[in-house]
Amino acid sequence: MKPTSHAFSNNAHRALHDKTLQQALAKAGVGFVDKRRAAIDGLPEFQALRQAGKRIKDHTLANLDHYLLRFEAQVQASGGQVHWAETPEQACVAVLDICRNANAKMVAKGKSMVGEEIAVNDALEAAGFEVVETDLGEYIIQIAHEPPSHIIAPAVHKTRGQIAELFEKLHHQPGLTRPLETVPQIVDEARQVLREKFLASDVGITGANFLIAETGSTVIVTNEGNGDLSATLPRVHIVLASIEKVVPNLEDAAVLLRLLARSATGQEITSYTTFFTGPRRADDPDGPEQFHVVLVDNGRSRMLGGDYHEMLRCIRCGACLNHCPVYSAVGGHAYGWVYPGPMGAVLTPLMVGLQEGRPLPNASTLCGRCEEVCPMSIPLPRMLREHRRQEFARRLTPPRARWALAAWAYFARRPELYRQASRIAIKLLNLLAGGNGRFRSMLFAQAWTAARDLPAPQGDTFMAQWKQRRKP
Amino acid sequence: MSDSRAAILARLSKSLAHEAAAEAPEIVQRIEAHVRGPQPQWEASPRERFLNKLEKVVGTWAEVASKENIAQAVADYLAAQNLAKSLAVAPHPLLDSVDWPAGFRAERRRAVGEDRVSLAVAFCAIAETGSLVLLAGPDSPTTLNFLPDDFLCVLPTNRIVPRMEDAWALLREERGTMPRATNIVTGPSRTADVEQTIHLGAHGPRRLHVLLLQGGA
Ligand code: SF4
Repeated sequence: MKPTSHAFSNNAHRALHDKTLQQALAKAGVGFVDKRRAAIDGLPEFQALRQAGKRIKDHTLANLDHYLLRFEAQVQASGGQVHWAETPEQACVAVLDICRNANAKMVAKGKSMVGEEIAVNDALEAAGFEVVETDLGEYIIQIAHEPPSHIIAPAVHKTRGQIAELFEKLHHQPGLTRPLETVPQIVDEARQVLREKFLASDVGITGANFLIAETGSTVIVTNEGNGDLSATLPRVHIVLASIEKVVPNLEDAAVLLRLLARSATGQEITSYTTFFTGPRRADDPDGPEQFHVVLVDNGRSRMLGGDYHEMLRCIRCGACLNHCPVYSAVGGHAYGWVYPGPMGAVLTPLMVGLQEGRPLPNASTLCGRCEEVCPMSIPLPRMLREHRRQEFARRLTPPRARWALAAWAYFARRPELYRQASRIAIKLLNLLAGGNGRFRSMLFAQAWTAARDLPAPQGDTFMAQWKQRRKP
Repeated sequence: MSDSRAAILARLSKSLAHEAAAEAPEIVQRIEAHVRGPQPQWEASPRERFLNKLEKVVGTWAEVASKENIAQAVADYLAAQNLAKSLAVAPHPLLDSVDWPAGFRAERRRAVGEDRVSLAVAFCAIAETGSLVLLAGPDSPTTLNFLPDDFLCVLPTNRIVPRMEDAWALLREERGTMPRATNIVTGPSRTADVEQTIHLGAHGPRRLHVLLLQGGA
């Protein structure tokens, strides 16, 4: 997918004026927040688990090379294969090779954010394979030709009416009409259509929430069961996983699973949590004959040990999106690439370049809610600030903002001058505002005054008032 | 591809300032210690907790006094749901002696697309979350857990363990290695992808019914 993160401002503007989108967002936001709250209140051990989860990830990252080798050895020992990919292109080549060698025609896909990251669907389609997304949300956006707008609920921006319309257009032959008004009717329709696809697919692709070094297992969590059908019915199972997903053993996975479901959907555990280990055994009555894991780097090995190291703890729960005032207002598409919200604002510039992703770290109030709810205690606001710092250092900030910041810095480093200048500014602004005490419109601040008045400063500077009060 | 493997590992090892090794002693030791994280606590017995959590995720259950009563319990369920007397049954030893009444078509095999009902045996259950644990193998085809509309699962009461970590301990003790698929199943399939409204039976079973076998296997 070609990123449009550079156009965040325009994207956001459009999103704010999209009535249907605003309805969908309003419906979703509160639900996620309330359910997470209730789930966490119901588990007194949550904070202890959160600390334990952070320790597990910190330890694994500090030994990431060891654990990846161990994981690889265990996958091979159970009869599977591991493919390493530095770039999205290499990852797609690995997937295509596996599909070609298997003489595949149709590919069933479970939800995978790494799959979105490497744009594996585009690569498969360009190479002539039919790809079907099987997670209901992913299927909806696939047939709408849109990217996901949320990492957990990819079609959260779509209303029931819009989905029914899509299904109507795509599934219904003339003369064959099933009603598509209620949620059950829509879900059943998708169940029937996709069931055929599962049974006809040659290759199943899933993501991975965790990789277990101890056993060489890959873990997925789903509610629909589509990931399991994708991994069980086709002849070949390919797992797409990024390198930071590995954890030492099954006990570690148990800790992280308790955090993941609660933070994501407010569930204690999802309907299906599955550990895949190798291909079907000689006497297994079902399951794929081949098991492949494609390990994707895509910039992660460069994050290790650097300013964004802690981002590698992320378990993709989506809590930071659900609690972000900016995400809640504009939705996921405005961010212009695969990962939206606070975690996306950190990751996108790292993966598509700071030049392209520049607006995202700036589209934040740094209110800190994301860090507060993050089960992995990732300092997202600190990393957003780091992006801004590097943006300035690399002279990517637009000239006007640079001048303004430079001017401010000049005064800020000279306190006496700063005080004098703000004194004058206050007087001037008061004068200009007349008796109103507010501005309806102001040069250089149109973005602010278009929607609300700018209050004129009252009284004197803070320092002057402070001195005044301290006088006996 | 092996070039990218070397390049990735080299970058990781450089930034971590050590040599990558699958057998690094501290790593092997860390893995094999199987140290548990904080363990959620509760008052109820494992059985009570399991059933309570199962009901919360809209799973149903029935008590079965002995192996001999499994066929009757299945018949009762099918009658209550108004379903045909036809099902795919796991080739599990516990179900070998089940005597299906006349008119029943119970085939011992994996599931296929047309199957409406399946019957399997759980390896164990996790009380904390009301989950069933199923291990893929000749006696437990994975397709039975996912393809049919109604999934019936026998669970011997003495196989309910408190937490996921206890299931791992049991798995290591009794099996030694991981099967191809380890399924932790908690309630029927569901989705909230249409307007955040929960609907049961997305792709997997619409209903999950546990037959709680007294005394054990
Ligand atoms: S940054 Fe934290 S809150 Fe956001 S998705 Fe990752 S783990 Fe979840």
